[in-house]
Amino acid sequence: MTHDPFPQGTPPHPLGNPVARREGREKVTGAARYAAEHTPPDCAYAWPVPATFARARITGVETSEALALPGVCAVLTHENAPRLDSTDDPTLALLQEDRVPHRGWYVALVVADSLEAARDAASAVRVTYESADHDVRFRAGHPGLYEPESVNGGFPGIRERGNFEAAYAASLIKLDATYSIPPLHNHPMEPHASTAWWDDGHLTVYDSSQGATRVRDDLAALFKIGKGEVTVVSEHVGGGFGSKGTPRPQVVLAAMAALHTGRPVKLALPRGQMAAVVGHRAPTIQRVRIGATTEGVITALAHEIITYTSTVSEFVEQAAVPARVMYAAPHSRTAHRVTALDVPSPSWMRAPGEAPGMYALESAVDELAVLLDIDPVELRVHNEPETEPDSGRPFSSRHLVGCLREGANRFGWLPRDPRPAVRREGDLLVGTGVAASTYPVFLAGSVAEAHADADGGYRIRLNATDIGTGARTVLAQIAAAALGASSEERVQIEIGNSDLPPAMLAGGSAGTGSWGWAVHRACTELAARLRDHTGPLPAEGVTVTADTGQEAAAKSPYARHAFGAQFAEVQVDTVTGEIRVRRLLGMFAAGHILNPRTARSQFIGGMTMGLGMALTESSGLDAAFGDFAERDLASYHVPACADVPAIEAHWLDERDPHLNPMGSKGIGEIGIVGTAAAIGNAVHHATGVRLRDLPLTPDKVLPHL
Amino acid sequence: MESTNQPAAADAQATAHRQPPLAYDARSELVLHVNGTPYTLTLDHRTTVLDALREHLGLTGAKKGCDHGQCGACTVLVDGRRANSCLLLAVAQDGRRITTIEGLAHGNDGADGERLHPLQEAFLERDALQCGYCTPGQICSAVGVLTEAADGFPSHVTPYTAASGAPMELTPDEIRERMSGNLCRCGAYPRIVEAVGDARDAGGAES
Repeated sequence: MTHDPFPQGTPPHPLGNPVARREGREKVTGAARYAAEHTPPDCAYAWPVPATFARARITGVETSEALALPGVCAVLTHENAPRLDSTDDPTLALLQEDRVPHRGWYVALVVADSLEAARDAASAVRVTYESADHDVRFRAGHPGLYEPESVNGGFPGIRERGNFEAAYAASLIKLDATYSIPPLHNHPMEPHASTAWWDDGHLTVYDSSQGATRVRDDLAALFKIGKGEVTVVSEHVGGGFGSKGTPRPQVVLAAMAALHTGRPVKLALPRGQMAAVVGHRAPTIQRVRIGATTEGVITALAHEIITYTSTVSEFVEQAAVPARVMYAAPHSRTAHRVTALDVPSPSWMRAPGEAPGMYALESAVDELAVLLDIDPVELRVHNEPETEPDSGRPFSSRHLVGCLREGANRFGWLPRDPRPAVRREGDLLVGTGVAASTYPVFLAGSVAEAHADADGGYRIRLNATDIGTGARTVLAQIAAAALGASSEERVQIEIGNSDLPPAMLAGGSAGTGSWGWAVHRACTELAARLRDHTGPLPAEGVTVTADTGQEAAAKSPYARHAFGAQFAEVQVDTVTGEIRVRRLLGMFAAGHILNPRTARSQFIGGMTMGLGMALTESSGLDAAFGDFAERDLASYHVPACADVPAIEAHWLDERDPHLNPMGSKGIGEIGIVGTAAAIGNAVHHATGVRLRDLPLTPDKVLPHL
Repeated sequence: MESTNQPAAADAQATAHRQPPLAYDARSELVLHVNGTPYTLTLDHRTTVLDALREHLGLTGAKKGCDHGQCGACTVLVDGRRANSCLLLAVAQDGRRITTIEGLAHGNDGADGERLHPLQEAFLERDALQCGYCTPGQICSAVGVLTEAADGFPSHVTPYTAASGAPMELTPDEIRERMSGNLCRCGAYPRIVEAVGDARDAGGAES
C-alpha cells in the first residue's frame, strides 16, 4: 500500500481514539435485550431432555406422563420431530435418530405454556435405552490414537523440518517435558438461547450467536428452505468465547419446536446442560523436546500433541501450530494425534491451539532457561527467527522482542535473582515468571453497505456481531476515518441481523479486521462519490456496497501474527498450597490499536481467562457415567473478582501495511495466550517446583512444599 | 442393558408422587412492589422472582446466568438488600419491595433520558463491561455493597480490629471481596473495582 488509506480529516482523527462503547448505556440500564428477552405473543417455552448414557440406542420414549401435566403442549423426540436435511455439522442433527453418541446428547424436548411446566415435564419424560460400554478415558497410549490429516484451522497435522531426532540426539543440552491440560469450558455468562417463530413459511430467530449469517445458512439447509426465508437476529450477545461461533443445538431445537407447535418458542439452555452440548476445549497431553547449545541457541524443537475428539465429528485442537511460528530451530517436528471417544464434541474456545500449545511451549522454554542459567527474556531474544520458521515467509511485523523488553521494563523484571524458592514472606513464597504470546491474523471476506443521508448523516450496514468487543463503536470509527470525518458521531451502525449484508462471524480475532476492511472500502468509495457529486444529495441519499471476498481470500506473501509478552508475580502459601497471582502485566504488539479503551478491556479479559486456566478451571470426565463432573459455576471455577488483582495491558502500536487498510491485527484472543505459562513459571521461581499439569490447584502444589 | 432415565426405585415413587397432576400448577395471587410500582400477579408457585420479572413483567434487566445462585447475574435489591432473584420463589416474597437495574436511574438528565445512578455512570466511564450480561447484576450488587459498608457489615477481608457496626472503609480489597458473588466471564473485574470506588467517592450509598 503506497497511499494513506485514510484521508486526513479535521483533527482529531477518530481512529485510535478511546471512544466509549455505543451500547454502553443500554447495557448499564438493563435496556439491551438478549436472545431470550423477546417474548412474542403466545410464546411457549422449551426444556431439553439430555441422555443419561454415554453410548446407547434409545429403545423407547414414554411421553404420556409428561403430556398429561398441565400446560404441556408437546414432547419432541426422534420419532416425531421434523426431519432435517444433513449439514456438515453433525452436532446439529438433533432428534433425528435413536443413537446416543455421548452423555448429555439431547433425546427429547418438552414444549409448554410456561417455563415451570416445561422444566417439570422434562423430568417426567421416560426414556429407555440399550446401552453399550463406553470409553471417555483420555490417556497417553490410548489405542485409538491416529494422525489426523489436518487440525482445526486447516493446518497440516504434522510438519517436519530438517532431522529432529538426529539433531536432538546430538544436542549438548536436552529438555524433554510433558504437560497436560484438562477439558476447559467457555461458559459465557449468557447461556445459549433462542426465540423462534414461523410466519407463513418464514423462520425468524433471536439467537445468541457470534455470527447470524452462518446460523441463517445452516437453518436454511436443515429446514430445506431458502436463505431468504430465514432471519436470524443476534443484536446483543452475552459472550461466546468460541462457543457460539457456529449454530448450537438451541437454535435448531427452538426452530423445530416452533414448527411442530405452530407457536413461538423460547429456549434458553440450562447452565447445567451446557457442558455437554455447546462445545469445550479438548484436553491435551503435550510433549516438548528442545535441544540447544550451551549458549542457549535452540537447534532442535519437537512439540507433539495428543488430544481427543467425539464420535460425532472430528475436531483437533491445533496445539502444536504455534511452535511452527515462535522460535528459530533448524530441526523441528510438530505433530498431532487424536482419538475419538464417547465424549461431548469439543469445539472452539478462545485461542484454540495457541492457548494450550503456548502453555506447554512457553513452560518448556522457561525450563530450558533454568537449565542453562540464562534469563528467560534473553533466551527468547536469542532464538528470535529471521523469518517464519515453518514457512520461511517474512513476518509482516513481529515485535516480540520489543514486547519482552518493554514489558520487562514496565513490570520491573530486573534485577531478578534467578534462584528459586528464596523469596519468603512469612508462610508465603514469592516469584516472577514470563511467557510469550502469539495469535495469527485471520481475515475473511465481508460485504458492507455505506449510505450517506441527504442531511449529512451516514449509515453503515453489515452483519457484524457485537459479543462484547465494542464492534459498533470501532466500525463507526473506521467509517468516519474513511469518510474523512472528524467524529464518528454522525455514523449510524446497523449490525447483528442476517438480513444485513453477509459478514464474517465474531471469531478467530478476525471480526474487526474483516468487517472493518469492507466498511473501509464502502466508505472510501462513498467518499469519492460524494466528492464528485455537485449540488444537494437526492432525497434517498447515496448508497455504496463493497465486497472484500477477493482481497480477503488472496494469499499474503507475509506471515502475519500478533505477538506479546506476559509477566506474572505470584505468591504460594506453603501451609495451604494456595497460589495467588499478585500482578499480571501484558505487553502486546497487535497492529494499530483502533480503540484503546475497548482494546484494553479485551486484552485484560483474555488474561483473566488465562489466569483461570492456570489456577482454577478444569472439567473432568467421569469414567463410570461418561459426563463432565463440573457442570455448573459452583464447581467449574471461573475467576471471581477477588482472584484478579493488579492486572494491566499495554501495547506497542505497530505500523504494518500488509494487513488491512486499518493496519489492525486481532486482539480478542491473544490475551489468554501465555498467561498460564507465565503464572506456572512464576510458581517455579517462587517454590522451585515445576508443575506440568493444569490447573495448579492446592492439592497438586502442597505435596511438594 | 435396558435402563431408564431414573433409578428404578425412584420410578414408582415419582409416578405415585405425580398423582394428581393438578397440584402441579398451583397458583397464588401476590403483590410485588417493583421499582416503586405495585404489581398484583397470579403466579405458579414454582415461579422465581427472576422469572416473574423477566417473563411476567417484561423487566429483562435482571439476567439468568445459572439459575442456581452461583453467578450473581440475577442480583436485585429486596427491601434494600441485594439478593439472587433466581433463588427466591415469588410466592414467598409477597409484599416485598424489589429494585431492579431498570429502577436505578431517576429523574431527567436533560439530554437523552433519565439521569443515571452514579454506579451506572461509573461503569460507563470506566468501561467496566464488555458483553453486558453480568452488568445489571454487578451494578445492583454494588449498590448493595455501598449500603452494607455504610451500615457496618464486615466482610471476609475486614480486619478484626475494625469497630463493630461502624461504617466500613471500602478499600479495593474490600470491593473485590464483596463483589465476588458476581461473575464476569469477559474479565472486567479491574474496571468494576475502579467503578465501585468512583461511586463510593461520589457518595453512591446515599444516591
